[in-house]
Amino acid sequence: MIRTAWLVARKDLRIEVRSRVLLWQVLPFGALALLLCGLALGPADAGHSRAAPGLFYLVTLFVTLLMIIRSQAVEQTAGTAESVATLGLDAAGVFIGKSVALTIELWVSSLLLLGGTVVVLHTSLIGTIHALPSVLVTLGAMACAGTLYGALTAGGEGPATLLPILALPAFAPLLVAGERSFSAALHGGALWEWWVIDLVALTGYVAIGVLLYGVLEE
Amino acid sequence: MSLPAVRLTDAVAVQQQFPLLSGVTLSLAPGSLTVVTGANGSGKTSLLRLLAGVLAPTSGEATVLGVDLSRHRTEVRRRVGWLGHDGSFYQDLSVRENLAFAATALDRPLSAIAPALERVGLAHRSEVRTKDLSAGQRRRLGLAWLLVRRAELWLLDEPYASLDDQGRAFFDDLLRDVQRGGATVVMSAHDALRSTALEPDIIVMAGGRVVEAS
Repeated sequence: MIRTAWLVARKDLRIEVRSRVLLWQVLPFGALALLLCGLALGPADAGHSRAAPGLFYLVTLFVTLLMIIRSQAVEQTAGTAESVATLGLDAAGVFIGKSVALTIELWVSSLLLLGGTVVVLHTSLIGTIHALPSVLVTLGAMACAGTLYGALTAGGEGPATLLPILALPAFAPLLVAGERSFSAALHGGALWEWWVIDLVALTGYVAIGVLLYGVLEE
Repeated sequence: MSLPAVRLTDAVAVQQQFPLLSGVTLSLAPGSLTVVTGANGSGKTSLLRLLAGVLAPTSGEATVLGVDLSRHRTEVRRRVGWLGHDGSFYQDLSVRENLAFAATALDRPLSAIAPALERVGLAHRSEVRTKDLSAGQRRRLGLAWLLVRRAELWLLDEPYASLDDQGRAFFDDLLRDVQRGGATVVMSAHDALRSTALEPDIIVMAGGRVVEAS
């Protein structure tokens, strides 16, 4: 399983480095969305708004959905699914590998978006750095859940529109916990309790993925 | 007498309540070369997908390389090779990276890549991204993919489509070698006789069934 996971994660990351879709399409979209959030708040409110963590996670959600669709699309080009299926890869390993690659891509995106949050929404730098561990765990959980839902919708009609409808209910608790944790890091409060909730969710999604990914792929 | 490489008895495959194969019975000898022909929607590609273990048999008996498809599809998958008519690779990986991915997944030595590329005439394009190859070159990469993985059953979906005469001759030559090596080849084609200079067994399909075999 670990060997397959390493193989798949390396392959997905290499594809991303080559295609530069994350760099030239997804990240600019995220930066623009964050800028629009700042403009929507206006110069007077952006500096001291308590909405910054929620807006960060809203933009991150859009980025995550794009990256999940992208992650599944590379497996669905004509004939590729059949060719790769005949390699007989361990399904749990494929799930772990795709989740790890997606997590790393989301971590890279989040670093830029957190920087954008400091610049555009004027969150405190120290508070934002304190929020980083919970952001990383939240994104890991979103990547695992997203990989599951991506596999579920990939073979169906209109995966780009079906995915958000199916995945949002799964993402909602993660986003709430992430937002609360980020807010606590900025303004004080229960930072670790929300962080642990995301950690439990991450563990749960990993377990579900390892057990069920093969069935979803079929 | 050796066991058939493929043996189907009344094999039915249904996907989303739509019958793709509606009772296929056939037997293919090891080392044979078979062309499956028929009109669009007759079930050619579905038959190949069933033999690849990608499509599950809903009822009937299906044995590929001596393995029961209903019970051990993963084992079948690792022993067959699939070449789709559109390329079947990761477009943003290079030729060599695609082959290395397949070789590593199947525990084949990476040293098998260079001879395979040499054999299909792609050694000089090994670092080129797959999306930048021509249709004919992608087909050659598909053959290299099957050579590297040493597939026992080659499943080729419309392999001659968009190939020029030189490409067809090359393909025929390689398939002869593959047959000599003991592998079984099954390919789909719209026009069996025009497709290949080889002398294949021909199966005609219509409505998800084999209607003629010669």
